[in-house]
Amino acid sequence: MISDLFTATVIMGIISSGIRLATPYLFASIGEMFGQRSGVLNLGVEGQMLLGAFTAYYVVLKTGNLFLAVLAAMAVGAIMGLAMGFVTIRLQATQGIAGIGFYLFGMGMSNLLFQKLIGVVENINGFPIVKIPLLGDIPVIGEIFFQQNLLVYLAFLLVPIAWFVLNKTTLGLKIRAVGENPEAADSLGVSVVRVRYFTVILGGILSSIAGASLSVALLNVFQQNMTAGQGFIAVALVYFGSWRPFGILAGALLFSMVNALQLWIQVLGIPIPSELAVMMPYILTILVLALSLSKDKGPSALTKAFEREG
Amino acid sequence: MQEKATEAARMLFETLEMRDISKRFPGVLANDHVDFDVVSGEVHALLGENGAGKSTLMKILYGMYRPDEGKILLNGDEISITTPTAAISHGIGMIHQHFMLVPTLTVAENVALGLRSSKGPLTDLEVVSKRIVELGETYNLKINPSTLIWQLSVGQQQRVEIIKALYRGASLLLLDEPTAVLTPQEVDELFLIMRQMTKDRYGLVFISHKLHEVVEISNRITVLRDGKKIGTQPTCNVTTQTLANWMVGHEITFITSNEAAEKGECRIELRGACCGSDRGTEGLCDVDLEICSREIVGLAGVSGNGQLELAEAITGLRPLQSGKVFLEGEDITGFSPGKITEKGLAYVPEERMKDGMIRNFNISENLVLREHHKWPFSKKGFLRMPYIYEHSDMLIKQYRIKTPSRATLAKNLSGGNIQKVLLARELSRSPRAIIAAQPTRGLDIGASEYVHEQLLDQRKKGTAILLISEDLDEILALADRIAVIYEGRIMDVLPRETATKEDLGLLMAGVHPGEELVAENCP
Repeated sequence: MISDLFTATVIMGIISSGIRLATPYLFASIGEMFGQRSGVLNLGVEGQMLLGAFTAYYVVLKTGNLFLAVLAAMAVGAIMGLAMGFVTIRLQATQGIAGIGFYLFGMGMSNLLFQKLIGVVENINGFPIVKIPLLGDIPVIGEIFFQQNLLVYLAFLLVPIAWFVLNKTTLGLKIRAVGENPEAADSLGVSVVRVRYFTVILGGILSSIAGASLSVALLNVFQQNMTAGQGFIAVALVYFGSWRPFGILAGALLFSMVNALQLWIQVLGIPIPSELAVMMPYILTILVLALSLSKDKGPSALTKAFEREG
Repeated sequence: MQEKATEAARMLFETLEMRDISKRFPGVLANDHVDFDVVSGEVHALLGENGAGKSTLMKILYGMYRPDEGKILLNGDEISITTPTAAISHGIGMIHQHFMLVPTLTVAENVALGLRSSKGPLTDLEVVSKRIVELGETYNLKINPSTLIWQLSVGQQQRVEIIKALYRGASLLLLDEPTAVLTPQEVDELFLIMRQMTKDRYGLVFISHKLHEVVEISNRITVLRDGKKIGTQPTCNVTTQTLANWMVGHEITFITSNEAAEKGECRIELRGACCGSDRGTEGLCDVDLEICSREIVGLAGVSGNGQLELAEAITGLRPLQSGKVFLEGEDITGFSPGKITEKGLAYVPEERMKDGMIRNFNISENLVLREHHKWPFSKKGFLRMPYIYEHSDMLIKQYRIKTPSRATLAKNLSGGNIQKVLLARELSRSPRAIIAAQPTRGLDIGASEYVHEQLLDQRKKGTAILLISEDLDEILALADRIAVIYEGRIMDVLPRETATKEDLGLLMAGVHPGEELVAENCP
């Protein structure tokens, strides 16, 4: 039975769904990376994802308009980010605790809204597969990489864009400086508060898109707590990727491939207990983090509130 | 055209005047109606003890604090400086005591940070780098723009700070204790740069509490005490002695250990000691050192060259990778810090608040930290408070600790009094040997003299003392022998009589006197 895994179709299937499953990780982790590079740890990603997922799903259900759905999710994410920013930057609450609060809020709120407004699980028509002309016709490669939905392409495009913004723009320079030495940035007239609000709101928006990618592009359904810890894995991926977009890409692919593998193991009926299979990505998270965390300490001002004296 | 977009032209500067400036913090009047002025082409030194209000005054000028009263006039016109950005736009630059640099960024990135780029939203590091090199050539501040800050020496980092200010068009530079972290040679280089700048009609404010430096570099001196201005004098009218009296408000006698006591048996001995540092690099390498009874050995060196590692290796806080440590002939290598303490070693750590005290404990509790578990302070696991109180009242009196009560929390004490509590705790145990790391750093003259008296008193009693300090004046005044540490190695040990500042400075920079100097930053 195990040998079933090693047929060409299955391997292609695993890689193809691995690419697809990397989408929410990429959006959420890249967003979280911007926040952390500026010194804000947001543990509320999971809650932002759930609210984004619900919002997008609800809009599609009511209007059928996918782009409106993503826009609505982005707006909700921006509000969540703004709230997180207000609590941690303005009120200077402890970032970790505030993030857990926002996670619980997002989870509870999305459950409540789902029960009050919808109640039953209902499938929708999500983002269709867009075959890229020419590239999509290449055998094997085309099928794996260029026959995906729009959000998948966007997620992968986001990686080089994030790298460019971080390393080649004045905004990126400010973000890096604020996360390493906010006092120095402040002394040069960089507004630490504005930079941090920007990154936290951006993080909220991207997390919400991550959630939307689950509910209106990958699974085309909303269920309570459907993210199942992916938001926390996204936070972990930022550490795993050493706060760099391409590192995060590598991590996201590793996890989504393992996830795809365990899904296929279940689909093929390979006699491994499904509970064990489902645990694989989580066990991997712990292992990888335990092994990688010791080396890189990340931005020096991470989790530290900034307050100008005097 | 492009360069104009990134680099501010140097601002016109004739005079700057601060009139009647007052600034209140909760419970303190940091500046009390202070007048201060600088004119183009001079170095105006601002002198005072810690807490005299020097840094506050400069932070007001740089827009970091808002004054409660008073006004600031630039070239005769009143201006309002509410943020550092406003200060920069008026041509005021500040070299902070703790450098305002981002260690993980390059020199060029640090300079470009917060500036408008000639390429809009994209960074223009090539343009910035080119200009950094040009500025470097004019003022002899040579630096490679693409080096990461953390790879630079402290002196080089300071140059980056100066370049940053010049790049922003500063014509008035505020230097907040710029020499505190430099070797004597680096100080000389800084003074050369400063002289060149005054020739070019810059205005410089120089904050320091090292009297001889102030006398050497400044044109005028203003002394602050307790937030008030005591007066301003042309430098040619004063001597270090008059300045010291002026600063403290009463006669100061500089203590030096002059009676050369007969040194006794060896108390602390290191043989081939090697250990790691917190950064994972080599901390100490093959260190041999002996400290004898009735002797103060000074350990000179630029901060971060292994002083902390050496202190922690002796006190047992840091495991040795190889080599041995002996205390009074007994091999204590690998002993726990507690056990070494029992053997009679006292430690006055550099980070006195972090490593020496518990901030949220009161004075009595801090005073018995080492011995709380022993008779008479505890019995069968229960603390005997009456004895602890009696003990602390006695020490507060004996060591002249200024505090409202023994129940005052350590974090509410001034730096000098914190050090007194620490010394009281460590010295009252009649130690056989003392490791004192930066015991006077951040203390004012009065408190420093007190610490020096206590150390010399211990020496008279026969204690072996290792005095770790970055202040060469302190080491030359107290130490019988001077060891210089550089990158984890002891460069040399010189007797005080033959040690000169120049030689020590070279050794601190890793050069044996007489060796040929290799220029830094060769292309």
